[in-house]
Amino acid sequence: MADGILFSTLTALANRLAAGELSAVDITQAFIDRTTAVDGRVRAFNSVNPEDALAQAKAADERRAADQSRGALDGLPIALKDVIAVKDQPLTASSKMLEHFVSPYDATVTQKLKSAGSVLWGRANLDEFAMGSSTENSAFGATANPYDLTRVPGGSSGGSAAAVAAGEAIASLGSDTGGSIRQPAAFCNVVGLKPTYGLVSRYGLAAFASSLDQIGTFTRTVEDAAVLLGGIAGHDPRDSTSFKTEVPDYRAALAERKGPWKLGVPKEYFGVGLDPEVGAAIEQAIAFYREQGCEIKEVSLPHTDYCLSTYYIIATAEASSNLARYDGVRYTHRSAEAKSVEDIYFKSRQEGFGPEVKRRIILGTYVLSSGYYDAYYLRAQKVRTLIRQDFLNAYREVDAILTPTTPTPAFKAGEKADPLAMYLSDIYTIGVNLAGLPGISIPAGFSEAGLPIGLQLIGQPYAEADLLAIAHTYDSHHDWRSRRPVL
Amino acid sequence: MSNIPDLNIDRVAELARIALTPAEKAEFSAQLGEVLKHVEQLKQLDVDGVEPTAHAFAVENVWADDEAQAGLSVEDALRNAPAQRDNMVVVPKVVE
Repeated sequence: MADGILFSTLTALANRLAAGELSAVDITQAFIDRTTAVDGRVRAFNSVNPEDALAQAKAADERRAADQSRGALDGLPIALKDVIAVKDQPLTASSKMLEHFVSPYDATVTQKLKSAGSVLWGRANLDEFAMGSSTENSAFGATANPYDLTRVPGGSSGGSAAAVAAGEAIASLGSDTGGSIRQPAAFCNVVGLKPTYGLVSRYGLAAFASSLDQIGTFTRTVEDAAVLLGGIAGHDPRDSTSFKTEVPDYRAALAERKGPWKLGVPKEYFGVGLDPEVGAAIEQAIAFYREQGCEIKEVSLPHTDYCLSTYYIIATAEASSNLARYDGVRYTHRSAEAKSVEDIYFKSRQEGFGPEVKRRIILGTYVLSSGYYDAYYLRAQKVRTLIRQDFLNAYREVDAILTPTTPTPAFKAGEKADPLAMYLSDIYTIGVNLAGLPGISIPAGFSEAGLPIGLQLIGQPYAEADLLAIAHTYDSHHDWRSRRPVL
Repeated sequence: MSNIPDLNIDRVAELARIALTPAEKAEFSAQLGEVLKHVEQLKQLDVDGVEPTAHAFAVENVWADDEAQAGLSVEDALRNAPAQRDNMVVVPKVVE
């Protein structure tokens, strides 16, 4: 029975719960057992709390028995990236700085999932403070790719992606600042959705780069992404950047919106550095859409080559400011060596932060420092305008943009020791964050070595309903997810 | 060959309030030099007259009604404090 649960979908499990074929406790127990069996090798989770998850599941079953079910997410176990606050539970950000931190409040997405009846299950590993592309930068050990344990799951939301891929959760939440949902989704054969900036509240998300961060979903299907997005989207007065917009029924939109669409293929995303097997898989996806009657149009995003530089200036500048709060004084690690207040800052941050976080704080501090601000930060903000304009110009001609999610499939653990080489693995995803757009990565095949390949679709601002419908057209005609990892 | 001569790692680490070991200083200087060399490419672009983007969808003046709301309890707010006494965070003496 467990296999039919572990690799099912949110939607299918919700139907079986409604039909009385399964209980939330059955489902939750199956994921607990699976996690016990495989997580020693995958290490998707920083912490799990089976007792707490079973209590939530039991409450869901009691609601259902009393005819008070809260709908499609009630009783289904969802994992959270360990940067999303759950009251009275740990939030480590995979950093020694927050190793013993316990959240005093719920994030808005947490509150929404609780209201929907979801079983909050497991805090998923990440690159420390979401800074990285491989989940190797965790203070508590790297996560492995379930499809090849010698390879990385991607990052920074590598634990959230691996948990779904390995059958340790039916869905999960992550955060995406430069590709941190879409890149690991591509590496792990799951669907990863980064919504438009402002659609999902960031309240209770440990901040990395506030103008780029966005919470999103990992699921097995696009339909599941539509269901889960509906559960977490919406305006929140506690996040002043959250957007006042109606949240449509995304799942209903999948059936209602049939296309055919005009899809743009940016030539800059198919140049040097693109692995031929990834390129071939994307060409097949393009051919599929053409067969569906979609018009495929070459578009140009001329400032693509400048995305990486722009991103690393803006993201590190914002990070250096955001992470100033981890000062050793109020709620973080404090150095036992500190004799003065100054000492508390310098030594606690020395001990609490790992190398990548220190590197980015140093770079961000530098680009904001007196004498360099105009040359780096202000210039990057202006280039950001040009990058955003590229996308908006393309959307005059097309409904959505189609690209590979990553230049290559998952790379080997330890392979990218040079920070710049690691940064280049996000080259197709960061433009989306700079422009604030919604993007989704969906499974689109495997390399000969058996590594997953992801297709990225980029939508117009707040047009998630269309983006999901376009993605669903491909996803509902393909079955890459049935190829499970051997663990 | 030196990388970017004006990344004074001692000064920047001081501004960032992070103590670095000599090995970290050497490593970060070299690595960040490479990153800064890469971002030099932005200087090729003509950005005269281009407005900077701070947020992809700028929202301005988001006001909340001036109504008192319950916040964290003192106990919750201090729950993660490394040292506390009498409902306050304890730090070493600041003023002699």
